Amino acid sequence: MKRITTLAWLGFAALAARAETNAPHAVATAGAVAFNRDIRPILSDNCFACHGPDSAKRKAKLRLDTREGLFAERDGKSIVKPGHPNQSELARRIATSDEDDLMPPPKSGKALTKVQMALLQRWIAEGAPWEGHWAYQPVRHPPVPEVKQPAWPNNDIDRFILARIEKERLAPSPEADRRSLIRRLSFDLTGLPPKPEDVRAFEQDPSLEAYGQWVERLLASPHFGERLAMYWLDVVRYADTDGFHADNYRSVWPYRDYVIRAFNADEPFDQFTIEQLAGDLLPNATLDQRVASTYNRLGRSTEEGGAQPKEYLAKYAADRARSVGTVWLAATTGCAECHDHKFDPITTRDFYRLEACFADIKEAGVGKREGSLVPSPEQAADLKRLDGQIAGLEQTLTNCTAELVEAQAKWAEATAADLTAGKQAWATVKPERVVSAGGATLTALDDLSVLSSGENPDHDTYTVTLCTDQPHLTAIELEALTHPTMKNGGLSRANGNFVLTDVEVEAARAGEATATRVELASAIADFSQDGYPVANAIDGKSDTGWAVAGHEKPADHRAVFTFAKPVAAGPDRTLTVRLKFESSFKQHAIGRFRLSLTSIDHPDLTGSGLPDAVAKALRQPAAARTPEQLDLLKRHFLAVTPLLDKPRAELAATRKEREALVARIPTTLMTVAVEPRVTRILPRGNWMNDSGDIVEPAPPEFLGGAPLKDRRATRLDLARWLVSRENPLTARVFVNRLWKLYFGVGISKQLDNFGVQGEWPTHPELLDWLAAEFMDSGWDVKHMVRLMVNSRTYRQSSQESEELRERDPFNRLYARQARFRIDAEMVRDNALSVAGLLVDKVGGPSVKPYQPAGYWDQLNFPKRTWENDTGEGLYRRGLYTFWCRTFLQPSLLAFDACPREESTAERMPSNTPLQALALLNDPTYVEAARVFAARVLRCGGSDANAAIDWAFNQALDRKPTATEREVLAGLLREELQRFSANPESASQLLAEGASPVPANLKAPELAAWTEVTRAILNLHETIERF
Amino acid sequence: MTSPDSASLLLNRRAFLGRTALGLGQVALASLLNPALLRGAPATSDVWRGVVNPLHFPAKAKRVIWLYMAGGPSHLETFDHKPKLAEMHGQPMPESITQGQQVAQLQGQKLNCFAPQYPFARFGQAGQEICTAFPRIASLADEICIVRSMHTDQINHDTAHTVMNTGTAISGRPSMGSWVLYGLGNECADLPGFVVMLSSGGGQDQPVATRQWSSGFLPSRFQGVRFQSGGDPVLYLNRPPGVDADGQRRVIEAVNQLNRQYDSVAHDPEIATRISQYEMAFKMQASVPGLMDLSGESAQTLEMYGTKGADGTFAANCLLARRLAERGVRFIQVYHRGWDHHGGIKTGIKTVSGLVDQASAALVTDLKRRGLLDDTLVIWCGEFGRTPMAQGDGRDHHIKGFSMWMAGAGVKPGFSYGATDEFGYNAVENPVHVHDLHATMLYLLGIDHLRLTYRFQGRDFRLTDVAGEVVKPLLA
Repeated sequence: MKRITTLAWLGFAALAARAETNAPHAVATAGAVAFNRDIRPILSDNCFACHGPDSAKRKAKLRLDTREGLFAERDGKSIVKPGHPNQSELARRIATSDEDDLMPPPKSGKALTKVQMALLQRWIAEGAPWEGHWAYQPVRHPPVPEVKQPAWPNNDIDRFILARIEKERLAPSPEADRRSLIRRLSFDLTGLPPKPEDVRAFEQDPSLEAYGQWVERLLASPHFGERLAMYWLDVVRYADTDGFHADNYRSVWPYRDYVIRAFNADEPFDQFTIEQLAGDLLPNATLDQRVASTYNRLGRSTEEGGAQPKEYLAKYAADRARSVGTVWLAATTGCAECHDHKFDPITTRDFYRLEACFADIKEAGVGKREGSLVPSPEQAADLKRLDGQIAGLEQTLTNCTAELVEAQAKWAEATAADLTAGKQAWATVKPERVVSAGGATLTALDDLSVLSSGENPDHDTYTVTLCTDQPHLTAIELEALTHPTMKNGGLSRANGNFVLTDVEVEAARAGEATATRVELASAIADFSQDGYPVANAIDGKSDTGWAVAGHEKPADHRAVFTFAKPVAAGPDRTLTVRLKFESSFKQHAIGRFRLSLTSIDHPDLTGSGLPDAVAKALRQPAAARTPEQLDLLKRHFLAVTPLLDKPRAELAATRKEREALVARIPTTLMTVAVEPRVTRILPRGNWMNDSGDIVEPAPPEFLGGAPLKDRRATRLDLARWLVSRENPLTARVFVNRLWKLYFGVGISKQLDNFGVQGEWPTHPELLDWLAAEFMDSGWDVKHMVRLMVNSRTYRQSSQESEELRERDPFNRLYARQARFRIDAEMVRDNALSVAGLLVDKVGGPSVKPYQPAGYWDQLNFPKRTWENDTGEGLYRRGLYTFWCRTFLQPSLLAFDACPREESTAERMPSNTPLQALALLNDPTYVEAARVFAARVLRCGGSDANAAIDWAFNQALDRKPTATEREVLAGLLREELQRFSANPESASQLLAEGASPVPANLKAPELAAWTEVTRAILNLHETIERF
Repeated sequence: MTSPDSASLLLNRRAFLGRTALGLGQVALASLLNPALLRGAPATSDVWRGVVNPLHFPAKAKRVIWLYMAGGPSHLETFDHKPKLAEMHGQPMPESITQGQQVAQLQGQKLNCFAPQYPFARFGQAGQEICTAFPRIASLADEICIVRSMHTDQINHDTAHTVMNTGTAISGRPSMGSWVLYGLGNECADLPGFVVMLSSGGGQDQPVATRQWSSGFLPSRFQGVRFQSGGDPVLYLNRPPGVDADGQRRVIEAVNQLNRQYDSVAHDPEIATRISQYEMAFKMQASVPGLMDLSGESAQTLEMYGTKGADGTFAANCLLARRLAERGVRFIQVYHRGWDHHGGIKTGIKTVSGLVDQASAALVTDLKRRGLLDDTLVIWCGEFGRTPMAQGDGRDHHIKGFSMWMAGAGVKPGFSYGATDEFGYNAVENPVHVHDLHATMLYLLGIDHLRLTYRFQGRDFRLTDVAGEVVKPLLA
């Protein structure tokens, strides 16, 4: 009754409030006033904001949300004196005509209705019995009530439901017909319609056994997990993109598949909970358990330039504390980020303690997320084999055989001689001149390297002029060198990484104005970051470049750029080298670099050039070399000797194979635990304010949570607490959500708020019974589903009687079944299934069905277009559609799929013209209609009326009425006429969608039938579960 | 789930379609839920009439056109003249101002003053100070009301947009257009009540998410509908290839006939809603192309806006905004994504001015000459401003002080309000927070921002969260 509550301010408060009090329970609440049902909601809505849990905003130090507060004495007066409304200050204050004393104060905009005042008075008069908030009480197994019609119930659920219906002097609805039952069960349990032949068989066997068998069949179907996953993915905010700003892809779909598997395997919900929150922390965690821990990383994250890591880490932390509140506790924990909760006893400290539970999750505040590998068993075996081979080859390459020892000695001697003779391959040269176009200060250091400081422009070009004695040159070597003045001691002032977008070389004779451009033939580097190969530095493009992940691992790196032809050099010539840093990453210029030149024919990184340290060691007399130098020489020799060329090549090939394999292996953002970050209470949620207390991880205090005494609690502790008997919420919350899936509305309607402002359950004993049963069964989800759908309550007709429509318009007594539109994904699945187009493969990477051109044109960094999949990717179930948070596939969005930026326990259903437009015009549905039409022509028989009956039955599992048949027949006639007169139109319509058009069918006829099947797919009944 | 949709429709259908006898109480309740019913509105119409009925205040504005300058327009090159910055160009900003303050891309950088890149002058009888790079807007100086003391909470585009549109950085809340539509309903039977258009050019092309016009926890009938210039003007608006208007009509008629048949058995009010949504969809298929077709506009009008047709430019979108306003669309948002000038702000401003200046002014002028400005509120505002400090030859994001203007219904014309300090850094005189702007906008529409609430997760949410005050001095 949200709607009516919000209307209270319209000036019809009395009427609205009466409706509010009555409607959820449908029938007047005769008998004694119950605190939790009748009184607490009034106090919460009207009083708690100033006299509730938020200590900062509490007025007159008065609390009405606790027993102590409510029954306290103030200045000799009782707030509430049981049995004596006249001596109760509360009763006086709500009714006084003195505006200064009146509560709630008129300026608050709140006012009690006469009904509410009377209820409060009555409650006090009846002795003011007090109860703790229902949802926070321990779950008990309540006795099953007696009923007057013992033959009706099929199980205990029915006894609770019937007892209430009987109390209201109503009767349950008759059992639904077989067709409705099998459709209802199929949609509810698998999200798919039944096959017409199954419907026929089900109709022919009306026994309870047949019903039970069908339930079992559906529970065992692989699509059962898909159906529950659809719901769960909303709750945990699963999506394929990271959600903020550029909203880029990140791979988490293995988590989605884990969820499907878990529901299919009937994994106990407690284990399911533990694995998602802390699978990585379980002893000997399996791959599946680590995949499950992706839950912790499903929240949004940013790559936006200029975002401050600290701010975003605070956002991620808060998101997790909100999410765990919604998913397991149905608690609006987010309210306590800035202040104590206004209605529920959730303190700010509780909020940050929850945050602290997740403080060990490894993540950066800003930037792209890299996932962990999720290999299939075969891939894991391949990986193991390759790793073994690599280890073996590495062993070979470091194993100094006698032969190699001898060869090394010779090599050292010869190379040392070369060095002495000045035949060093690479000559490091001191630049004549170095200029930064962006104004940076470039200083030559003693080791001939050049260091940047001062101005730090976004983009820069270093122009270096060199002069050498060597008569000709074949290549240039660039060393990027770390320096303590760089970010993290790395390679640039931005973040330790650089992006060298281009290298240009020119040669000139001294004194000549024009220089000749030197063509660069190839580039090699000792390391290139993924996506930034060194070849990018000579491709002439400013939006590609060479980078070395210096922000992650600061280390020296070098690259060699070989000239296409040797270039004449000498003292009278100069060489100009331009290093360009023009990428979209700002200030990514190399902070310290050194250039060397060579004249040898085939320069490379390992063979011809000698690292400084090696050269230095070789210049030492053999006897004077230090142990470190000896070791260095050995390693260097082994790295370059031709004697090991074969294993070296093998190693390179094996590594390449491994890389290729790794590139094929899916990844997901598993949780990786690190040393926990310090978590502080952020005053008013302000991330810049470090003055708040440091907090330790713990569940909320009002639920009995407290930091552990002997050690820091972990996510695993939190997860175990969530599914412990000490926590009264998890089981209640989950069974209530299941109930909503199968009965249309939760026993407590607010699926995401079991706090004081939530809704008092219509059947509190049943809710507790279900919660207790759930835990007693070992958190068996399928057991609970089975109980619910085998109940007679479930099997009732959804056809409402006049009496029920009037007495219980919102179906809160469950004296009939609910009817509602199927979910967005299922609207799609159903059409594809009816058409015969559905590819019902389970799991795998997300897919891209049709999406209108240009829909993604507002995305940037990078700009991207949605490329439709081809083949089966076009016909997968809706839950596999690529879930782009900021631009969700618009057909799904039209049918109320949510962007999953926040945890969402319930989609807000709507009925809009955009839904009509999508079903009418989205190529998905047009294609489904034409493929369906081809089936009608193939299988429906030659008589038009019979074919209409066949088509209708395919979609709706019933025959059309005579009127319905005539409407469709009329449409067929008119469209056949139109398309026959204009076959071109027919071909255009049939060209919609990628699936082939059967050649043996006449285009006008197929097109006309497509109009008929379009109409059928657009029917309300087609997309309704009833 | 009892959404405004289902609850009210359930009740009003039952009460008025005559299928069932109801107690008097429920009839009264139904009329309360949809007072339009008592005024004789057709019971099958699904045009939403709004929950603020009667209005909280006499409305000055019936609709809003929000020219949304996305990317963060520099106040220092538009409406906030700071000669001091020219004096101190290249010199460090006083640390007393910048100490401990948040910056975006200037993290760890030297914070030096950066001179205004264009001269300012006084315009109109009111002598409003406006940057000469925007001559057409400046020519309306006596028409517009400038606020120079805006401030907001979030320093990155995505979250700042979310604050500007929904009043908070947390996602899932309704955007202002959705709130207004929910509150006031739609005056137009064949167009959505909340329309969004986007264009770009002139600066870094920052993305804008659909979240910015999402209905959040309100039912999705209140979400903004984006009109595109290419392809389908509205998603899935175009009929399938080979299906002409008659064919489409016949399919829809067949669907509706069958749905009526079904309703006679199922008695589900959702079916009647479905029928009317198909009618609305059909009407939209006719009305939207008509709306987008600018061929009926005079050459003089096209020239005034600076467009040749519905080509996706800001100019064309401004003209479409006027056409939407004429048709009674409640909330129209025209984004231009071209203001993110981290570098090259001088040329950037010139380019973006070339794209938005003329059309912004033309819209106000056009509305006025058609008598629409009297009840249309035009707002020209971005998600934040830009730093007085240099970022190379541009400016970084800035949230402590920025400028915007309004014109039309109920707004004081030729008026300036609020000021930043001499550096253009902090809003120091009469600061106006985004919440205040929202409260003022709602006030002009006849809505008390404290009373337009919606209960979600047990709390009564509102556009202005827990803050916001109507800025009375801005009111005519």
